[in-house]
Amino acid sequence: MSGGYGTGPDIIHDCDLMVEAGEIAVVVGPNGAGKSTAMKGIFGMIQLRAGKVFFNNRDITALPPSDRVLEGMAFVPQNNNVFPSMSVEENLEMGAFIRTDDISSTITRVLELFPILQDKRKQMAGELSGGQRQQVAIGRALMTEPKLLMLDEPTAGVAPIVMQDLFQCIQDITASGVAVLMVEQNARQALAIADRGFVLVQGRNRFTDQGKTLLANPEVQRSFLGG
Amino acid sequence: MDFLNAIALFCNFVLVPATAYGAQLALGALGITVIYSILRFANFAHGELMSWGAMLTLFLTWYLQSAGIHAGPLPTALLALPVGILGTIAMALATERIVYRFYRKQRASSITFAIVSVGVMFVMAGLIRFMIGPGEQVMTDGHRFLIRAVEFKHMTGLDEGFAIKTTQVITIAVAMVMTGFLFWFLYRTRSGKAMRAFSDNEDLALLSGINPDRIVAIAWILAAILATVSGTLYGLDKSYKPFVFMQLLLPIFAAAIVGGIGQPVGAILGGFVIAYSEVLLTYAYRKFLAYLVPGDWVPEGLLQLLSTDYKFAVSFIILVVVLLIRPTGIIRGKLL
Repeated sequence: MSGGYGTGPDIIHDCDLMVEAGEIAVVVGPNGAGKSTAMKGIFGMIQLRAGKVFFNNRDITALPPSDRVLEGMAFVPQNNNVFPSMSVEENLEMGAFIRTDDISSTITRVLELFPILQDKRKQMAGELSGGQRQQVAIGRALMTEPKLLMLDEPTAGVAPIVMQDLFQCIQDITASGVAVLMVEQNARQALAIADRGFVLVQGRNRFTDQGKTLLANPEVQRSFLGG
Repeated sequence: MDFLNAIALFCNFVLVPATAYGAQLALGALGITVIYSILRFANFAHGELMSWGAMLTLFLTWYLQSAGIHAGPLPTALLALPVGILGTIAMALATERIVYRFYRKQRASSITFAIVSVGVMFVMAGLIRFMIGPGEQVMTDGHRFLIRAVEFKHMTGLDEGFAIKTTQVITIAVAMVMTGFLFWFLYRTRSGKAMRAFSDNEDLALLSGINPDRIVAIAWILAAILATVSGTLYGLDKSYKPFVFMQLLLPIFAAAIVGGIGQPVGAILGGFVIAYSEVLLTYAYRKFLAYLVPGDWVPEGLLQLLSTDYKFAVSFIILVVVLLIRPTGIIRGKLL
């Protein structure tokens, strides 16, 4: 993929990412590496100038984001990822907006995954703490029962102890066969649970390997994991 | 006795008229707020949309009257109202399709939208004057009063009359029903929740598969319903004059902003704040005071803080003060 915003310069150059069902793929890299831009490229939120996006062996490069949701993709943006003046329950309902069937079983499953939200169902999402808000955001995205869940820095602004819980939840999500592609600042912890890891630098793939192999790679350690 | 007379006088000239006026402003402000929270611009054409709705209702009322159909003690216009609403929805959706959609696809700024709506306002105002003329029209018929001043004096033996016009009761009742309907729609239905979601976080709403064109269409339909109802109620309570609606724009905007723009509850609060301030500040308290204090205390003047000619200045002053001191409004709304 190559692309950027509007008519501005390319942010990502021949960037190549992939994830299989049931896997966790983590994209790490320094600030401004184009991690979030690459995610937006995959979800069709920016116009790609070159390259293609495949989902289930189907070329979806031309599909608008709303159609990609229908195909089974879900995206949790880094910021503004909940409806702040709506209750937790309404946030989940809105996540399932495209579904016309009964959503109660999915709601139950999401609340099992994030038990803390159970007590806060009627509370406004804007009043929750950072970690709880991220759980609402991920829960909202799970409501369409996606095959691919894309997370842009799910642990941003979250207490370290909550971060561990979130990573555990993300592993639980993949256990049901969902593919997770996420961008993460906490590279060390994220790569530890990753099946695949991608290190982006200035919009290009620098290293691509299994998460644990990358973690063990001395060059990656020195440059991106703080030694 | 004098105390009761003072109360009756106050209710007759301040409390009841201001409450009815407040309900009309509240409905108008709700329309402004609905459009603002979805399309994020100040819709200056809303006053003319009210006028359009009232005009269509009036045309149909005349037709019904000539066909000999009446609503008994209630004004015939109430029968005509649903059709007036349909016609106004058609008008609102047509302007969205012909005018606003173009700017929406360009992702024009809210200032551009506001200026475009000023253009729409002038076109609509011209169209209305072509169709019904600029003159004053009487809209109401049926029983004029629920309680007449004379009857009230007989009943209570007070010197002061207290009258309640049928239209005032209808105004307040219809406004309550409309508000109830709006809140039910926004908080209980799927489409209403989707509207709130879209207003809350447009990008995330798109990511959730909410169709923006549909939300925008619903917003216009709601605005058209609210506009027709508030325009018709205002016309029934006073009279229908096309130019009045441009003047009404100021108190309606003031109500929406004072209450907190984008907040339905705020629009209602704001409507009453503006209405009560306007009426309280322009009422002449001389007679009211004469009942309460010994005769020689009563001053020569009218004890009127502001001439009624300045009533629009009241909403303007409140608007400016609120924007300076609490720009988000009473209930924390979005910034303009």
